Amino acid sequence: MAVQSQIYAGAFADPVFEAQSVFRTLMDCFARPGTIGRLASAASPPSPLGRASGAVALTLCDHDTPVWLSPALSKSAVPQWIAFHTGAGMAEAKDEARFGFVETGGTVPGFDQFALGTQEYPDRSTTLVIEVEALKGGQPLVARGPGIKNEIVVAPKGLPDVFLDFWTANRAIFPRGVDLILTARDAVLCLPRTTRLAIEE
Amino acid sequence: MNDLAAYNFAYLDEQTKRMIRRAILKAIAIPGYQVPFASREMPMPYGWGTGGVQVTASILGPDDVLKVIDQGADDTTNAVSIRAFFQKVANVAVTTKTKEATIIQTRHRIPEEPLREGQTLVYQVPIPEPLRFLEPRETETRKMHALEEYGLMHVKLYEDIARNGHIATTYAYPVKVEDRYVMDPSPTPKFDNPKMHMSEALQLFGAGREKRIYAVPPYTQVVSLDFEDHPFEVQKFDKPCALCGAENVYLDEVVLDDKGGRMFVCSDTDHCEDRRAHGHAGALLARPTQESQEAAE
Amino acid sequence: MYVAVKGGEAAIANAHRLLADRRRGERSLPSITIEQVVEQLGLAVDRVMAEASLYDRALAALAVRQARGDMIEAIFILRAYRTTLPRFGYAEPIDTANMKIERRVSATYKDLPGGQLLGPTFDYTHRLLDPSLLGDEPVEEVALKEPSEPVMRVSDILDGEGLIEGDGEMPEGHVAGDLTREPMEFPMARDLRLQALARGDEGFLLALAYSTQRGYGRTHPFVGEIRIGEVEVELELPELGFAVSLGVIRVTECQMVSQFKGSAKQPPQFTRGYGLVFGQSERKAMSMSLVDRALRTDEFSEDIVAPAQDQEFVISHADNVQATGFVEHLKLPHYVDFQAELDLVRRMRREYETAHGGEDGMKEAAE
Repeated sequence: MAVQSQIYAGAFADPVFEAQSVFRTLMDCFARPGTIGRLASAASPPSPLGRASGAVALTLCDHDTPVWLSPALSKSAVPQWIAFHTGAGMAEAKDEARFGFVETGGTVPGFDQFALGTQEYPDRSTTLVIEVEALKGGQPLVARGPGIKNEIVVAPKGLPDVFLDFWTANRAIFPRGVDLILTARDAVLCLPRTTRLAIEE
Repeated sequence: MNDLAAYNFAYLDEQTKRMIRRAILKAIAIPGYQVPFASREMPMPYGWGTGGVQVTASILGPDDVLKVIDQGADDTTNAVSIRAFFQKVANVAVTTKTKEATIIQTRHRIPEEPLREGQTLVYQVPIPEPLRFLEPRETETRKMHALEEYGLMHVKLYEDIARNGHIATTYAYPVKVEDRYVMDPSPTPKFDNPKMHMSEALQLFGAGREKRIYAVPPYTQVVSLDFEDHPFEVQKFDKPCALCGAENVYLDEVVLDDKGGRMFVCSDTDHCEDRRAHGHAGALLARPTQESQEAAE
Repeated sequence: MYVAVKGGEAAIANAHRLLADRRRGERSLPSITIEQVVEQLGLAVDRVMAEASLYDRALAALAVRQARGDMIEAIFILRAYRTTLPRFGYAEPIDTANMKIERRVSATYKDLPGGQLLGPTFDYTHRLLDPSLLGDEPVEEVALKEPSEPVMRVSDILDGEGLIEGDGEMPEGHVAGDLTREPMEFPMARDLRLQALARGDEGFLLALAYSTQRGYGRTHPFVGEIRIGEVEVELELPELGFAVSLGVIRVTECQMVSQFKGSAKQPPQFTRGYGLVFGQSERKAMSMSLVDRALRTDEFSEDIVAPAQDQEFVISHADNVQATGFVEHLKLPHYVDFQAELDLVRRMRREYETAHGGEDGMKEAAE
């Protein structure tokens, strides 16, 4: 019973306007990488998917977007929750996923295991949604690139140590590559593949 | 048949909006790259702004303030029609003032007033592929973008110079975005190209018939293609706007009579009205006499 | 004082009032009903349904009336409505072998099981204006014989002998595409091409088909069979585990048979061009089947030498709603771009005249 109610509850109360509002925050955050956007609407997905990550799924996923979930998310009620509310099916392999979700503290696979798009169609790549402890307070990184006036410092807390190597490798294959949405509670920070990150000196 | 007109907020169904929203996010992540999308049939003709309308409908929310311009003006018929469409299907607040708008949908112009952070400019695009007139095949042009093979474009521009002494492209002048993708800025006069460079606003481009969406994020390099010995330059007008006296703005030529009478006035009607409201006056406004007023009316 | 052009909104409203007035026409005449359009201009209704990809006779008739008989405008109106309809599911493929036949002709056999059935055709009418239609003279009612058995397809006769290629199999697990829901991409698979052709402009396809007959991509075609009639549309319901009938639609199917000399991989055999259209539209179905065959160059290692064989060219330009929108958009204001061109031409003209100083002087003197 408890699992059942988890699956059917926790979506947007007003799907049309809440999805629009979440999308606009995501659009603004992708257009201005490094800025932290607070979602005015958040979902209440089953644990261990976070509120903001759940809202991203409700806003962007549907039948046309196979989703990859981390092992912990796969074992939870999250696959059924996503399937019920968005219609999205689970991707069999990481490189078939349009969206990938990792919960706080979950192992982040190498970005090159996901769909990276092709040189002709670089848009056909996975968007990774990774929940972290906090979007501030971690190792400060200087971000530069389109959408950023000069530079901005980002310091997400709780990313694996190899994150910067993963990201640098992702940046090197531009225009191919994954795009990243970092979430923490009801906030998001977006890193499109164009953003260059370096340790603050 | 009575429930024919039960349309969703902003006309598009949610599944379509999601598909377009995903395309927009990928477009922002790959500046200048044309993302294919499953453009829908809209209740207005292809070529009349269906791409721009789909983009606007997918980003628009109840708190937005929408401005629609065509040729720089809010009162051109197609701008009026698109604005009325969004008032009808989204009940959205509209404005003619560039400063007040959160979303500006445009055909052929970029407002003179510099756009600021938080604003989104949505362009209506007829032919998104800058290489299309050099190579009609999508399969070929896609390869050229993939390989960053833009020699053909430079050859075309250089042939212009060889034949005419200067580049004979005056609008839809190709740009390079973040030193990677060559992009069509839509058929804006090249006068507007410099406004795209490092703009504070997000720029989204929608081509409905050709089924492409592309984007230029804020603070992004947008460089008009040129040559060292023939640098890019924009059109200069001999006289300021006859109504508001503005210089360094794009002007429309208005034919006054059949004897060669001409006047030049701002193409951006909001900019012109705003300047006049702040006391600026051009040659024609500066000394209006009773007779000339009657004669012209 | 100069007053800028204003009042776009009022102008548009007035134009629409005038349009409504002209659409209604002379008020002393009775207004035409949707039922009359459905019944008496049925082929116009069929074309609108076919090219709008929406099978609804009443709505198509409404669109015809609303468009004052402008077919492309009517197609456009119906398509814009179709876009907003939710998808409940995807029907099973219709089975034209089980068609309730109203017309069936084959050009490849003199006689065959099921026979030749002329049906309601314009063929062999002498195209003389018929004065009886000026008025409302009574027309004899014709009762149709109830068809007994399903009529076998001509292609199955050839197939039985192994002389024609198979019936267009798609790879295992292939889900039929939908151009109206997915972005277009080239090269395009045959299922999507057929969809594009089925929605394509009748006149454009007719011209392309004609061009293949005149040598621009010749396919040596024979009409294997044209059949018109009603077929059932069924939807598989997972809850029930079987398909339920949603109703019947009338379609026109054309199987064009053309010669193929064979290749290293395939024996000499006949190949097929396929056409299927909503309603009764033989011209469209035949044109479609010729163009379908012409577009299959990659399957038969044929060189692309003619427009009808070039899928990017054909598919990109077959849609009349797209085409009319883009051609007609030229009437929208373009004065900003024109101003830029005007400036350039004036500048180039000055340069030209400076270079040709003498003539310039003469011209000025004359003025």
